[in-house]
Amino acid sequence: MRPSEFRESSAPDAVIRIDGLAKRYATGFEALKGVTLEIRRGEIFALLGPNGAGKTTLISIVCGLVNPSAGTVAVDGHDIVRDYRRARSAIGLVPQELTTDAFETVFDTVSFTRGLFGKPKDPAYVEKTLRSLSLWDKRDNKIRELSGGMKRRVLIAKALAHEPQVLFLDEPTAGVDVALRQDMWNLVRELRETGVTVILTTHYIEEAEEMADRVGVINHGELVLVEEKTALMSKLGRKEITFHLREPLASVPPSLDGFDLALGEGGGALTYTYDAKAARTGINTLIEALREAGISFSDLETKQSSLEDIFVGLVKEQA
Amino acid sequence: MNWRAVGAIYGFEMARWRRTLLQSVVSPVISTSLYFVVFGAAIGSAITAIDGVSYGAYIVPGLVMLTLLTQSISNASFGIYFPRFSGTIYEILSAPVSPVEIVLGYVGAAATKSVILGLIILATASLFVPLRIDHPFVMILFLLLTAATFSLFGFLIGIWADGFEKLQLVPLLIVTPLTFLGGSFYSIKMLPPFWETVSLFNPVVYLVSGFRWSFFGQSDVGVAISLAMTGLFLVLCLATVAWIFRTGYRLKA
Ligand SMILES: Nc1ncnc2c1ncn2[C@@H]1O[C@H](COP(=O)(O)OP(=O)(O)O)[C@@H](O)[C@H]1O
Ligand SMILES: [Mg+2]
Repeated sequence: MRPSEFRESSAPDAVIRIDGLAKRYATGFEALKGVTLEIRRGEIFALLGPNGAGKTTLISIVCGLVNPSAGTVAVDGHDIVRDYRRARSAIGLVPQELTTDAFETVFDTVSFTRGLFGKPKDPAYVEKTLRSLSLWDKRDNKIRELSGGMKRRVLIAKALAHEPQVLFLDEPTAGVDVALRQDMWNLVRELRETGVTVILTTHYIEEAEEMADRVGVINHGELVLVEEKTALMSKLGRKEITFHLREPLASVPPSLDGFDLALGEGGGALTYTYDAKAARTGINTLIEALREAGISFSDLETKQSSLEDIFVGLVKEQA
Repeated sequence: MNWRAVGAIYGFEMARWRRTLLQSVVSPVISTSLYFVVFGAAIGSAITAIDGVSYGAYIVPGLVMLTLLTQSISNASFGIYFPRFSGTIYEILSAPVSPVEIVLGYVGAAATKSVILGLIILATASLFVPLRIDHPFVMILFLLLTAATFSLFGFLIGIWADGFEKLQLVPLLIVTPLTFLGGSFYSIKMLPPFWETVSLFNPVVYLVSGFRWSFFGQSDVGVAISLAMTGLFLVLCLATVAWIFRTGYRLKA
């Protein structure tokens, strides 16, 4: 399967439908090459990809910051160009860069966003949001008096100011301390309980692994794969067991042909790859077969391929 | 219409102004007062009345226009340039706000500020020279029209500029010369015929002339032509703004 041919079956309750989305910047650079993707209502979706993959471009188009070159996007059934008001009303965006005003107070800047989205004043809601982000004590502080982490919190509060159905977090944990990271994940989980869809971009695998329901991998402007995280983990999350042999082997003996084996370290190590989730892993029979073939080992180790291995594998395959 | 968004942007811009109210108001008042001391009192006493109006009073409409133009442009251009520069524009662009609403918020606030300042300058002037306003409604009309038009023009500069230098460039290289050569301090009838004709290509001439007519009932150009020219410039600016939002020029990649 070529990545550009990647297609997903249409989900019945997609909150965002992206179809054939492409972006060629004025420089001529093709940042997105026909991305088709559906985000399900209420899920946490991680868009995973290295720097420059096109994550921010994708988000920026959905949110109205960048004009698409081709393709369509619908948010909650509303086209982002023709029906931009309703599409944008549904979305909250926490941008990658720390872009905040300087002289406004925290409370005012959050209220400002609410106004921009056409929502009536609601100090109680703003208070609740600020409290959930540990910003309530800072409500009367000017934004420029805050630390970087606090500014990030302000951006999140602003994104939530109009009670969006969909929240975009663009590299939310880049340069963020542990406390904020924890708070943020707690908040994301709380939001999901209330039915909010969360889409986060990251190039940290652990983040996708820890948080997401589904993961999409993007590289060079192409969506390489979209998969339930658990399915992805079990499908591609294969396990390896390596036997360090007492006597190096020239080749794998024919009696072991039935096993998925690879010889390494100049014949000194035999690696068996298997599906850890399968009912029969075949390890027992392999060890039996090794003894019968007169192969003894001094040590063995097992390794679970993480999302990171999967990701690196996919990206390498593409390059 | 998303009126709450218009209100939010307008309120944001007015709050920004209030934070620096002292310097925003004091510096134009001081510079205008200096003009009066120099041109009105010191030099003006040596200049005969123009069209039957004492020189000190004659320059008042031009001075108010000068303030109105420069303040409208600088307020509106900075108002939209700064979010572009700092990146906070993302919020406006990702909000369910139409171009009309964005313009109403930014340009409305800039125009409000400059009208307030224009009135303050007028009040300051009345301390130096006896003033009469023959056509107060026309005066208010010109005040509003000019403030709106040049705030819109400033908004365009703020979108076009890609650096702080460019932000200063247009006001410095174009607007200030046009204002000084636009008959703020003299009647273009006092110029040699050739330069009088050249002056008619200067849009500021029409503004100052029409505005002065509302005070003294005298003008270099007919008041109807003045209004028409101001209206034309307004339409030009509106068309350009509409084009910018349609294409995303300098706002969206
Ligand atoms: N305004 C722009 N003009 C030209 N190229 C751009 C622009 N914005 C981004 N790019 C390029 O597009 C590619 C994707 O960028 P981006 O979407 O920010 O990637 P990511 O967020 O995945 O790191 C990068 O190579 C970047 O240099
Ligand atoms: Mg990015």
